[in-house]
Amino acid sequence: MNQINSRTVQLFATCLIETLRPEAGMAVVRILEKLAVTVEYPQGQTCCGQPAFNGGAWDDARGMGCYTLDVLSRSDAPIVVPSGSCADMLVHHYPELFASDKKYGAIAEAVASRTYEFSQYLVDVLSVTDLSAEQKESIKAPERVTYHPSCHLLRGLKITQQPRQLLEHADGVEIVEMPNATECCGFGGLFAIKMEEISSAMLERKLDAIESTGAQAVVGCDVSCLLHIGGGLHRRGLKVETKHLAEVLDRKDEA
Amino acid sequence: MSFAAPNVTFHERVDDALRDQILHTALDRATGRFQTLRVNALASLPDADAVRDRARMIRAHTLSSLDTYLERFASNVERAGGHIHFARDAAALNRIVSEIARKNNVKNVVKSKSMISEETKLNDALEAEGIRVVETDLGEYIAQLAHEHPSHIIVPVIHKTKEQIGELLHEKIGIPYYDDPAQMTAAAREKLRFEFLNADMGISGVNFGVAATGTICMVTNEGNGRLTTTAPRIHVALMGIERLVPTLDDLSVMLQVLARSATGQKITVYTNLITGARRAGEGDGPDELHIILLDNGRSRVLGTEVAEILYCIRCGACLNACPVYREIGGHAYGSVYQGPVGAVLTPALGGIAQWSDLPQASSLCGACREVCPVRIDIPRMLLVERDQATRAGKMPLWLRAGLHLYSLTVRHPALFGLATMFSRIGSRVVAAPTQGWIRWLPPPLNAWTRSRDFPAFAAKPFHTQFNKFVSQRGKNREG
Repeated sequence: MNQINSRTVQLFATCLIETLRPEAGMAVVRILEKLAVTVEYPQGQTCCGQPAFNGGAWDDARGMGCYTLDVLSRSDAPIVVPSGSCADMLVHHYPELFASDKKYGAIAEAVASRTYEFSQYLVDVLSVTDLSAEQKESIKAPERVTYHPSCHLLRGLKITQQPRQLLEHADGVEIVEMPNATECCGFGGLFAIKMEEISSAMLERKLDAIESTGAQAVVGCDVSCLLHIGGGLHRRGLKVETKHLAEVLDRKDEA
Repeated sequence: MSFAAPNVTFHERVDDALRDQILHTALDRATGRFQTLRVNALASLPDADAVRDRARMIRAHTLSSLDTYLERFASNVERAGGHIHFARDAAALNRIVSEIARKNNVKNVVKSKSMISEETKLNDALEAEGIRVVETDLGEYIAQLAHEHPSHIIVPVIHKTKEQIGELLHEKIGIPYYDDPAQMTAAAREKLRFEFLNADMGISGVNFGVAATGTICMVTNEGNGRLTTTAPRIHVALMGIERLVPTLDDLSVMLQVLARSATGQKITVYTNLITGARRAGEGDGPDELHIILLDNGRSRVLGTEVAEILYCIRCGACLNACPVYREIGGHAYGSVYQGPVGAVLTPALGGIAQWSDLPQASSLCGACREVCPVRIDIPRMLLVERDQATRAGKMPLWLRAGLHLYSLTVRHPALFGLATMFSRIGSRVVAAPTQGWIRWLPPPLNAWTRSRDFPAFAAKPFHTQFNKFVSQRGKNREG
């Protein structure tokens, strides 16, 4: 066991950030380190198994869950996850999945109790809501962004205000609320493949909502939903970017 | 069979629904309005969350001692002069109603809204016996005229626009075309008044049975419920065995959340409490009251992982909140019970093997759980049923094999690294001519690219970038 240090965290980066959006992960790392938090990356981490769990392959999901629990239990440091749905998996679904498992049941509870979604860790643990720079004059024309509260973040973890507070204080950002913001984008993991027709119809509504704001970027706390929305925006030929909250908050030029 | 799956596949039903523009107009109009009304109505309670918690506790407690409350309810109904019948399944219920009808020489039946009768297909059974059955809830009446089934638990013809209904009434009952709901209602009322006076038997649903008093409670917004239960000489009330509350006080808690969640009303226009048949010296009411309690699989659900679905009080709030329901409407579910609650309840009562598609029809967004007045964790139960479906061999082979392989890869970081490396190289080659976006993927992943592009994998995976950051951090600290 490593020495416990309240200002050391383990980063569970998630498989999508590892493969598709490493910039979001690096933004998280830079933000935390700037706040004097040492970020550790438990080696060997892969995927929490949510695709299999949501897909109904619980035996496979348990296999992946045991693996991830082992990886995250080598240290007692808090776990920061830059994804609402993966954090929800660790916080709520692991304890359910291993409820009747003598060994992993206790491990799952322990891991769940020290797991935080990224914005939640900043606001609730570090009490940081303002990551803006001192010198505001260096900011060019503000970027119009709209915030998509992803479902598992919002209704699973009940994280409603933290990302908004951080975003409101961000430099060079003008927030435009999209209509029916709390509605699902239609991703739902394998749902997007298995029920493609319904998923696409839901996405169309979300894209209409985003388009109506005239925003230059959609900001969220889940790379998975942003992947879905971004894929739809690109297919529509819209020049709207998707950004993880950390990418908006991270001021690289100052690093 | 009361839960026989339709002949057309779920995907075909969904495709039909998605192409139906009128359906979308109708659903968007209604579900949006109900959602706003619901929020406002709940806000009129001093502490809506506390009432919902209380309502949940009442449902949980009742179901944990259901046998006790059923016995108490039955004996109190009989003490009040009513007759109690237990029906094990749909066929048994239909048989009991037919026998009551035969014994009393019933020719004409009026019905107020009853989901149980939809579940058992009672109208078909009675018509086969030569009995004429007329639905008197306006929505149900319209559905009956159109030879359709309800597409929403509390708004049977939510799938129709008022213009469509105006045309239907014009064609079927020979009134002028109206697009004003008030005029349509007045015309239908005229027609139905005769049916009430002419009927030998009234069949109704039940919202709650009160165990302590043997009372049945029925909430409606149209006068049809009262006429159905008082004008004919026989009243037959149909209820699921789970629809009990212990006392009248408990009932008042349930009523505080039911109408608010369902239609956004503080209270429905009519709240009927019926205890027994007409007693000597009373002016109104039937000669006989029969209450039929239907099991039809419910007792089998008790004590299982999805037992909580029996807490449902049929308010329909989860249907209005569900983004999937809003896209496909109720008929696509192919079941008497639609939307999130139907997607859980139908496989629970009718068997997962026949209904394995319904639990898949959810993005697990949690909107249903958020609005449920008794806080049923519907997404959780959809997940349980997905796992059951897999165990029943209902997961497509490609997916089963794919997830199995994925699981294996995830547990071996070297393999995971190799797999992501191949994906990275492959996706970047494919996406190179199209600015880093993949526009087509091979089956089964083409389901994604039919409406969405997919980005190429990043040039440098996160762990590589992080390791570089760490070595830089080390140097900085040394320096």
